[in-house]
Amino acid sequence: MSTHPLHHYLREGSLPHFFCAGCGAAQVLNYFLVAVDEIHLNMDSLVAIGGVGCTARIPVYLKADALHGVHGRTLPWATGIKLHNPALKVVVFAGDGDAVSIGGNHLIHTARRNLDVTMIVVNNLTYGMTGGQVGPTTPRALTTSTTPYGSRERPLDICNLAVVAGATFVGRSTAERPRNSISLIKKALQHRGFALAEVVAQCPTGFGRSAIGTTDAIESLRWIKRHTTTRRQSLEADREGLSGEFVTGIFVDKDESVFEGTSVAASEIEE
Amino acid sequence: MKGGFAGTRSKRVLTGRHFMLGNHAVVEGALAAGCDFFAGYPITPANEISERMAARMPEVGGKFLQGEDELCSIYAVTGAALAGARAMTATASAGYNYMQEGIEFAVAAEIPCVIVDVQRCRGENFATQADIMQARWGAAGDHEMIVLAPSSVQEMFDYTVRAFNLAERFRTPVLILSEATIALTREPLVIPAEDRIERVSRPRPNGPPESFVPFRGDERGIPPMANLGEGYHVLYSINPHDERGGIQWSSDVFENLYERITGKIQHYVDEISIAEGFHLSDADTVVIAYGSETRPAWDAVTTARGRGIRAGLLKLGSVWPVPEKEILQVARQARRVLVVEMNLGKYAGEVERLCGGICEVLRVTKNRGQIHTAAEILQAVLEAAR
Repeated sequence: MSTHPLHHYLREGSLPHFFCAGCGAAQVLNYFLVAVDEIHLNMDSLVAIGGVGCTARIPVYLKADALHGVHGRTLPWATGIKLHNPALKVVVFAGDGDAVSIGGNHLIHTARRNLDVTMIVVNNLTYGMTGGQVGPTTPRALTTSTTPYGSRERPLDICNLAVVAGATFVGRSTAERPRNSISLIKKALQHRGFALAEVVAQCPTGFGRSAIGTTDAIESLRWIKRHTTTRRQSLEADREGLSGEFVTGIFVDKDESVFEGTSVAASEIEE
Repeated sequence: MKGGFAGTRSKRVLTGRHFMLGNHAVVEGALAAGCDFFAGYPITPANEISERMAARMPEVGGKFLQGEDELCSIYAVTGAALAGARAMTATASAGYNYMQEGIEFAVAAEIPCVIVDVQRCRGENFATQADIMQARWGAAGDHEMIVLAPSSVQEMFDYTVRAFNLAERFRTPVLILSEATIALTREPLVIPAEDRIERVSRPRPNGPPESFVPFRGDERGIPPMANLGEGYHVLYSINPHDERGGIQWSSDVFENLYERITGKIQHYVDEISIAEGFHLSDADTVVIAYGSETRPAWDAVTTARGRGIRAGLLKLGSVWPVPEKEILQVARQARRVLVVEMNLGKYAGEVERLCGGICEVLRVTKNRGQIHTAAEILQAVLEAAR
């Protein structure tokens, strides 16, 4: 039996994985491995970090050093690791809850500092692992397990938050566009400084069933496609009319000095 | 350098005699122990630790981070420690609350690091020992905690060095349970020569990555530790994990993991315990105290001796795990023990658990934002011995 060409990037004994059939986070794991393969990332110097949630499980399957299991604290871990050993390549995998709800404050401050870390956010618009509760990015009025009559919460735009906080690379794609997603992840991995790549993805089990009325992954992806517009299209169109849509593209890509600690570096105080 | 500490032979170890603030002695102890990473969030009365670290870390090639909150601080510390750093954070009671989840992770993933909790009264910076139980039981999940309770500026230095060495030796977080009293006291401190300061390092893998089993304990239950980025591909998860680090939902995995990470400490309490006796040889009335309360307790016992009372003092420098052997030895010989503490009576429960039925246990508690006076303790000793 032949093995998958990317199989050697996976941790021995970690399969079968725990993702549901048609899971968007699992798709992003695949995109990440393709990106890693294409840019020849050295897995020995990679530290993959996940918090809690479905997306947070991605590092568990990688044949690399990995941290897992505390909700929202991925970026503080990354900060300690990068400050002590800047040679390491640190990649954070976070769902929308991990990234901007429980971990939102850390995102703001890590982006502000421009820590040299890649954050891949799988935005599946819900808390999938816990049963499809409303999340900070759930579009308005949708039904979830904690909004049985529709959500009255206003959704947060993760990319806008990262841009405002000072991230030096920010982009969004959707799981419905594999090549775009891979390209976005590659750019984020190759960026020096705080890079956030958001992939809007389907959760047929937790989100699809109640919010959009389907447990089918393909139908869920079609729903995402119908609500997606490119950055160029959105700039041309009336912004008001696009409220609640997923705008794809790269929002910021700039080169700035990266964070090396709060107090000055030793080299700066040498006489 | 501006704000630096010029005129010393080594930038890392300030060998010599000093008149120093308790919080500063913690910093110097950490540096002497090889600390090269510090993260902290502003909170009184622990600020002098962060402020001195901010000045000192760049001098020794270490990193200083002011986190956006205590959660950032404790997780940055565990991250840096996994990357190979000897890392520390410092906070005060309210901030220590926040750190519990990070300590839970450090316990489960067996990460050596040092935490300082300068205890203060709820919301105010008055003296207390009210965190003594949170120090032991604050983090979720079954675990052991190593907690040291210094009582002087010299012990702030000495115990901080010891805390780093215990953390590295046992691969576990170690807490220095400081207090507003001693943290803000200035008194003489002697820092020994650099070559006289013990520096223990975590056990390291001695084979190739292919044969490395990251969570297989040695004969004492302590696994060797690879640094991140060395090619060992270790998964550090808070979830129940087997010897290879794989997340496993098996009752045997649960049990083996919890038995090992608690056993590696429980079975070696003698290597951790710090307890000192004063006038114990013929004492029938023994005061048991820890931290700054040992100071008025010593005064009271000395005065009582002068009045012909056979009083003694058992001074605990390590509070968790409980130095049971030393406490039981006192209980078997004395008629009564008095547990003196600056809270509503917490550690007294531990002493009652050990000494109940062997000798009388009396509680001498005070929760007024003030340390006991020697006169208050003396009165309790005289009444008990009457």
